This record gives sequence, C-alpha cells and structure tokens, in this order.
Amino acid sequence: MFKRMIVVMVLLALLVTACAKPTAAPTAAPVMTEAPVVTEEPIAEPTAAPEPFRIAVVMPSAITDMAFSQSMWNALVAIQTEMGGEAALEIKFSENMFKVPDAAAAIRDYASQGFNVVIAHGSQYGSSVQEIAPDFPTVTFAWGTDVNTFGMPNVYAYTAAAEQGGYVNGVLAALLTTSKTIGVTGPVEVGDAKTYIDGFVQGVASVDPTINVAKTWTGSFSDVALMTEAAKTHIAAGADILTGSSQSVVGSIGAAKESGTVLWFGTQQDQASLAPDLVVASQVYDWTGMLSEIISANLAGTLGGQTYILKLENDGLKIAFNPAYALPADVKAAGEKAIADIIAGTVIVEP
Amino acid sequence: MNDVFQLSVVAGILTSAIRLATPYLYAAIGEAFSQRSGVVNLGVDGIMLVAAYASFFIVLTTNSIWLGLLAAIVVGLLMGLLMAFVSVTLKAEQGISGIGLYMFGLGLSSLLFKTTIGTVKTVTGFQAVKIPLLGDIPVIGEIFFHHSLLVYGAFLLVPIAWWVMEKTTLGLRIKSVGQNPAAADSLGVNVDRVRYFSVCTGAILAGIAGASLSISLLNLFQDNLTAGQGFIAVALVYFGGWRPVGILWGALLFSTVNAFQLWMQVLGVKIPSDVAIMLPYLLTIAALAVAINRVRQPAALNKPFERGES
Repeated sequence: MFKRMIVVMVLLALLVTACAKPTAAPTAAPVMTEAPVVTEEPIAEPTAAPEPFRIAVVMPSAITDMAFSQSMWNALVAIQTEMGGEAALEIKFSENMFKVPDAAAAIRDYASQGFNVVIAHGSQYGSSVQEIAPDFPTVTFAWGTDVNTFGMPNVYAYTAAAEQGGYVNGVLAALLTTSKTIGVTGPVEVGDAKTYIDGFVQGVASVDPTINVAKTWTGSFSDVALMTEAAKTHIAAGADILTGSSQSVVGSIGAAKESGTVLWFGTQQDQASLAPDLVVASQVYDWTGMLSEIISANLAGTLGGQTYILKLENDGLKIAFNPAYALPADVKAAGEKAIADIIAGTVIVEP
Repeated sequence: MNDVFQLSVVAGILTSAIRLATPYLYAAIGEAFSQRSGVVNLGVDGIMLVAAYASFFIVLTTNSIWLGLLAAIVVGLLMGLLMAFVSVTLKAEQGISGIGLYMFGLGLSSLLFKTTIGTVKTVTGFQAVKIPLLGDIPVIGEIFFHHSLLVYGAFLLVPIAWWVMEKTTLGLRIKSVGQNPAAADSLGVNVDRVRYFSVCTGAILAGIAGASLSISLLNLFQDNLTAGQGFIAVALVYFGGWRPVGILWGALLFSTVNAFQLWMQVLGVKIPSDVAIMLPYLLTIAALAVAINRVRQPAALNKPFERGES
C-alpha cells in the first residue's frame, strides 16, 4: 500500500511538471520591444481561407526569457497581428523543452495535429526534425539555428549571422571602455553564442587591438548562478563593459547592475529593460521577415528546402540602441558606420 | 600563468569561492541532519527551487527581505513535512519519494513563476555588509568580511551544526536513530518524531539555500534556477562524511576550484573552456573516491523503521 503512495506522489509531481509547460493561445503576449516591420507584400487573404493558418513552435527556454526563445515568440505575435489576429493565424507553443526527447514528442504531436508549420527553435532539435519530417510530407518544418535542411523538401533551416551585430557592439564597446578591459560571459562555445562573441572580438580589435577582451564559458545555457559569478569575476579583474549571450545572461546583467557602473551589450533580444541605465545597445533577432516568407511559400505550395540567414542587410538583425542611455554622438556614429559598412560589404565579419 | 598567483587574483578567487559555497553549505548541512537520522532526502533541489521562488516573490511584492527569508523557511518546513510524511509515516522508498519531491518542486516553482511573475525581474535582496574592524583588515577583510548576511549565516552554521550533533542530547538522539533505530526505540526515543524533526530541519535549511540564491547572490528567479545544486549538495554530504566540518571542506574545495577555473578563463590561460568547466567536478569526484572509504554512513540510512522488526 505504501508503494501505491509513491506512485501517487510521482504522478502528482509529473502532473505539476506538465502543468508548468502550458500550451496556451498567445493572448498573454509578452511586452513587445519593437513594432513589426512590414517589408513583404501582404501575406495571405484572411478572408480567402476560413481556416486559420496554424503554426506550432517548440522552444528550449521560456517565451519570456529576454533572449533566444522570446525573439521567436515576439516575431510570431507580430506576424499574427499583421495577419489579423487569432482568426487568421493560430499559434501554439511548448516552452522549456530542454530535454530533446520531450521536444521530439512535441514536434511529432504538432505535426500529426495538422499544423501547417512546425518550428523547432533550437539547434539541439536537428536530429529530431531529420527523423520526423519525412513522416509528414505535407507539413513544413523549420529549425535553427543551423543551415542544414537535410536535403528534405519540407524542411527549412535558419540561423543568424550573429557575428555582424557582435562586431557593431564590439566597435561601440571599444570606444566606451576606459579600463581597456572587456568581459564576455558566454554559455557554451557553439552556434550563435560563439559567432556573436567572435564578431564582438573583431569589432573591438578594429578600434583598438590593445584592448583586452577576456572570455568565460559556463558550459550551460541556463546556469544563472555560475554566469553571475563569471560576470563578478570579470568585474573584479577590471572589466568596465560586459556582454554575452543565452538566457542565463540575466545573471551577468544583475552583476553589472550590482556594480552600478559596468555597461552591458545585449544580443538576441532588446535587453534594455533589464538595466535601463547600463545597457548601451542590443543586437535584436527579427524573425518576422523569414516567417512571412515561410507562410506565403507554404500557401503557394512550397514547403521548405531553403536556409534563411538573419543579417543586417536583410533586416533580420537590428541594433537597438537604448534610448535611456546617453550614448555620445560620435560613438553612435561609429556604430552606425559599422552597420553601413557591413551592409555595403566593405567590412566582412568572419563567423 | 604568473597572473594566477597575484595577490589580487588569489583574493578574487577566495571571495568568489565563499559566495559560491553558500547555497551548498546550507543545503548540505541540512541534508546531513536528515541523513544522520536515517532519511535520504533527494528532494533538496526541489525544496530549494520552491523556496527560491517563494522568497523572491515575497521580496518582489513586499520589499521585505526578512519576510522573504521567512517565506523560504515556511516553504522548507512544509516540504519537509511532506517528505517526512511520505518517508517516515508511510515508510515509502526514500530515493523514489525524494526524486518525486524534486520533480514536484521543479514543476511547482516553474508553474508559480509563470503565473505570478512570468518574466525576468530583479529585486534588491540581502546586500553585502562590511563587518566593523575585521572588514578593514587589508585583503583579508575584503575576502572574508564583505558579504551578505546569508553568506555569514552559512559559515556560522558549520560550528552550530557541529555543536548540535556532537554536544547535545538532541544530536545524540538523531545519530542513534540513524544508527540503530530499534535500540533507540527500546530506550524510549521516539524514532519517528526525531526523524520528522531532522528531515524538517534539513528542508528548512534547503529552503534558506534557495533563498540565498534568489534574494542574496543572484537577486532574480528563473525556471530551474538552481541548475542541480541540490544534488551536488547531497553528494557533498557523502563527501564530508556526514560531518559539518567535512561538508565545509567539500563545499570550499568545489567552489574554490570553480572560482579558480573562472579566473583562469578571465586571465586567458590557454586551456580549453570545456576542461576548465569540468575541473571542479573532476576534482570532487577524485577527492570523493579517496575520501569515501574513510567514513561509514549511518547504518540505518535509507531504512524505514518498523517497530518490532529487527
């Protein structure tokens, strides 16, 4: 009989865990940091199709993570508004799917429920998409960040040229540092976390190669405690500017805030609201253009087979200057010149 | 490489290590009380998470750090009572019920966070307090006497826990119940009551460990904030041979190596980051392998007590 109690308890635990990952309609949308930018022609005639277009997304962290997952979530909500609300576009999501088998189950579930597009928003989900996509030839799958579509006609891959915004942030940081020491708090040395930082280092070096850019990696996208301590270590070692990526950088921003003077450069999402006095600028991922194209292609009968790369030149990447931070005009001009140079191709940032 | 041995760097490493050790000390010493009485509580991480959430939420809404700490203590007590009810009264398998408690805590904290806060917010938690006189000593003052109250509390807990375990009747009862519950029972010790007390004490300390993250060291809350620290705390109990001083050395070893590897990365010492990140774990495993043979675990650990059985 006691065994039964254990079973009940474990089931209870599972239940609560399950409840904690609700699949909700996007009514409780998080605060949007940007107005949607319409660069495409109108996507679909909502009146022509009485059934809404249906998109499901599986994310590794919370839609409110102020980073990677939120960037995709904000884009989906923007597209939904643009298309005419829930009647035109239905969005379902599963967040905090840090366990790949759980994510794979969710991806398969959404595909079998007849969603038009299933987005697997994490580079760790690649093999799951590769395995599931052939079973659902009429469903569009999109996954990233990566460039590999596995040669499948119903798979899109997407990534961000994070090194470009990293370079711009690096130029700005190099012009603002007085201690000539900049700290980078990275999560895991892969994907856009790495390319962002590589670009940042190149940007700093383009202004002043003698500036010391120290890098730390915590080995985790979510270990906030270690990330915080890494940031404090940088500050103790003399850094007056910090940057970094992943959802765990809220810890670094917290450490910057505690110091009161250390500046922060963000990426993936506009992080100005986390420390309005200290965030100089953020590289923002804007997936709306890509999503519009995927939706219109799907309606026209093309389900995949292409790789999208967010860049400064295609408006997929934007530099959001924090209006609350008094950035000297000449520094801002240097940052804008770096953006223009990258778009013009006169500066090439190596990923 | 020479940089690593500069005074300022050594001071930096030690300061970091003391901060990093704090949640481990609370959680592991608490777990030691529980295990000394014969109950393995693998739910530490879950208790830490719910308490971290609760204290963060209370500080966010009331701006009172003391109410926040109280919330962590209450959550710890409630979850301790739950664990004790399942493992002592119902005599359920301790490992499984502990994992159940962990999953319950992980899910509950995530659910509550989502419904009540939902996004990244920060609070002003326990601030660093300089201890008069001692804090003015050069270097030493900076390393040891510029921390938040919860950090001092964690280190004060070591002698207090030692005193309770080794010098009081209560400690003797806890140990006897964990060593030979039948004998303790025959001498009139209420085995279940002592185990309830020990599990709840451990859980309250786990709650404070959670609060030390969310309202002192990090001042924020996120899903799965602890990232498994509670499990490392359980390992530290074995590492420390169920003794507070042993746990102190284990926690300091782990956190010092962790601080050391961060400094090596900051100073650009040429080792791959993956190796640096592994260092604290590798060293702890190595030390554990050496240390484990020295101490015997409480004889009745993981064994429910049934009167009349032997």
